[in-house]
Amino acid sequence: MARPRRISDELARQQADQPAGDVARFGVDEPLLLDAGIALAPFQIAYRTYGTLNAARSNAILVCHALTGDQHVASDNPVTGKPGWWDIMIGPGKPIDTDRYFVISSNVLGGCMGTTGPASTDPATGKPYGLSLPLITIPDMVRAQAMLVKRLGIDTLFSVVGGSMGGMQVLQWATQYRDRVFSAMPIATAARHSAQNIAFHEVGRQAIMADPEWRGGRYLAEGSRPGAGLAVARMAAHITYLSDAALHRKFGRRFQDRDAPTFSFDADFQVESYLRYQGEAFVERFDANSYLYVTRAMDYFDIAADHGGSLAKAFAGTKTRFCVVSFTSDWLFPTADSRHVVHALNAAGASVSFAEITSDKGHDAFLLTRGFLESAARARGIA
Amino acid sequence: MSTDLTMAAVPGPIRADYLVVSRLIEPGSKVLDVGCGDGGLLKLLRDEKGVDGRGIELSREGVNRCVAEGLAVIQGDADTDLAFYPDDAFDVVILSQTIQATRAPRVVLEHMLRIGKQAVVSFPNFGHWRLRLQLVTRGRMPTSDNLPYHWYDTPNIHFCTIRDFVDLVREVEAVIDHSTALDGWGREVRVNAPWWFWNFFGEQAVFKLRGKR
Repeated sequence: MARPRRISDELARQQADQPAGDVARFGVDEPLLLDAGIALAPFQIAYRTYGTLNAARSNAILVCHALTGDQHVASDNPVTGKPGWWDIMIGPGKPIDTDRYFVISSNVLGGCMGTTGPASTDPATGKPYGLSLPLITIPDMVRAQAMLVKRLGIDTLFSVVGGSMGGMQVLQWATQYRDRVFSAMPIATAARHSAQNIAFHEVGRQAIMADPEWRGGRYLAEGSRPGAGLAVARMAAHITYLSDAALHRKFGRRFQDRDAPTFSFDADFQVESYLRYQGEAFVERFDANSYLYVTRAMDYFDIAADHGGSLAKAFAGTKTRFCVVSFTSDWLFPTADSRHVVHALNAAGASVSFAEITSDKGHDAFLLTRGFLESAARARGIA
Repeated sequence: MSTDLTMAAVPGPIRADYLVVSRLIEPGSKVLDVGCGDGGLLKLLRDEKGVDGRGIELSREGVNRCVAEGLAVIQGDADTDLAFYPDDAFDVVILSQTIQATRAPRVVLEHMLRIGKQAVVSFPNFGHWRLRLQLVTRGRMPTSDNLPYHWYDTPNIHFCTIRDFVDLVREVEAVIDHSTALDGWGREVRVNAPWWFWNFFGEQAVFKLRGKR
């Protein structure tokens, strides 16, 4: 397998403060009150929009990204040069149709693509925040998004859509700002992060912190980079994104560019070579401290805990229309997690659709998204 | 609960029992269709009656078709998922050609009466004369256009006759607000006939019930 294209550190670094696309800046007069008990100000949100906001301002869809995603959902990524990560779903004539809807996507708080995060320059010191940035939670991310949405002049979002950590944000929106969310599509997600998932995240974090180049989180200020640690974190995480069956189908026990084992610790197997590639490619575009912050945010996520232990109570009285989606082969966010959300929504009397998609029938996801949004658009009176 | 499995052979664009069920639903009411199949009844109710409809369907294919049609349907199992709904959450809970495929019909019916102010149940009548005749003359488990399965591959594990169902209604102390029997062509069997008559000539039955509160 080819080595990843070498991207200059500069290119990725510069995105943290000067991102491609739009930036909303919030001054000291508009602080963001974090769950950690600290008011963050000033701060900025990097975002992109696609399509046109209609006169009634009723056709806005917020797309929330997952752990290592970003705001470049349907336009080329400024660091990797690759198409947007959800280019297949968002665009003219696509299920999230930019001819009809106004799509907003922002980089999460704590991220490294232009929204304030540990790689951003702390205006107070002129140096990267590093670990001096307070810990971030999913509700913090959503609070920041709500400030952005308000600044864009949108009162109620037509829909909030996202998968995995993006799905957590969707659920958070639907509880925290229930009156501002007409419909919600949480995909392959959970209302709380499981012990197993916290465990996987901890392995990734420890790999980063065990890299001597991490330097107590001060690597950017000291001109270094914990690439090896971050790559291992990504490799471990990447295994969890694939099922056992998928790994077997994709690689089996096949050798990489050789016919026999070399009796060394070289990447003899294709699966090893693949993981090393994934690790190296990730290091080129992602900030190690950001990985610590964002995984931590997911770990802390537990909606029911914020509502006296009852998830149904969190959704009580909601008018939002939900479409919950899970995938058969997903073992990070298994169908049982989605079903748990669905049962709580049923108990709360919410309008909810729920489909489990066979993972090799990805096309079903398009039909579902299209159908759900179209019926919601009819109800919302969007032309 | 794949209703389309049990009723696959019924002719015509809209199933006869759907039309009977539809007549029993007040316009604009809030309805839960348990075992909604591909959403045919929910669509009919939405388009003709303006109901706020929800559905539960066991088969993944059925759910996907429903959601793609914009129906609020969840993938789930009547035997396990009804427990998660609060009391009186719906005006009507419908169980259309599904009760015979549930593991615990009595529990399902009790949940329906709890969740809905009213319950509508339609089911194939195993007391129909043709089925009786098959058992008597051939000595084999009956099959019909509506019930095309063999005993070993049928999803229908709890068949009942109209009289059996009326017994269950008494058992769970529900009140019958309306009942209809349909013959093999989907026509209503003579009204005001005694139960034994319906039980003999009705191929399907539709009941509207409410719990004693």
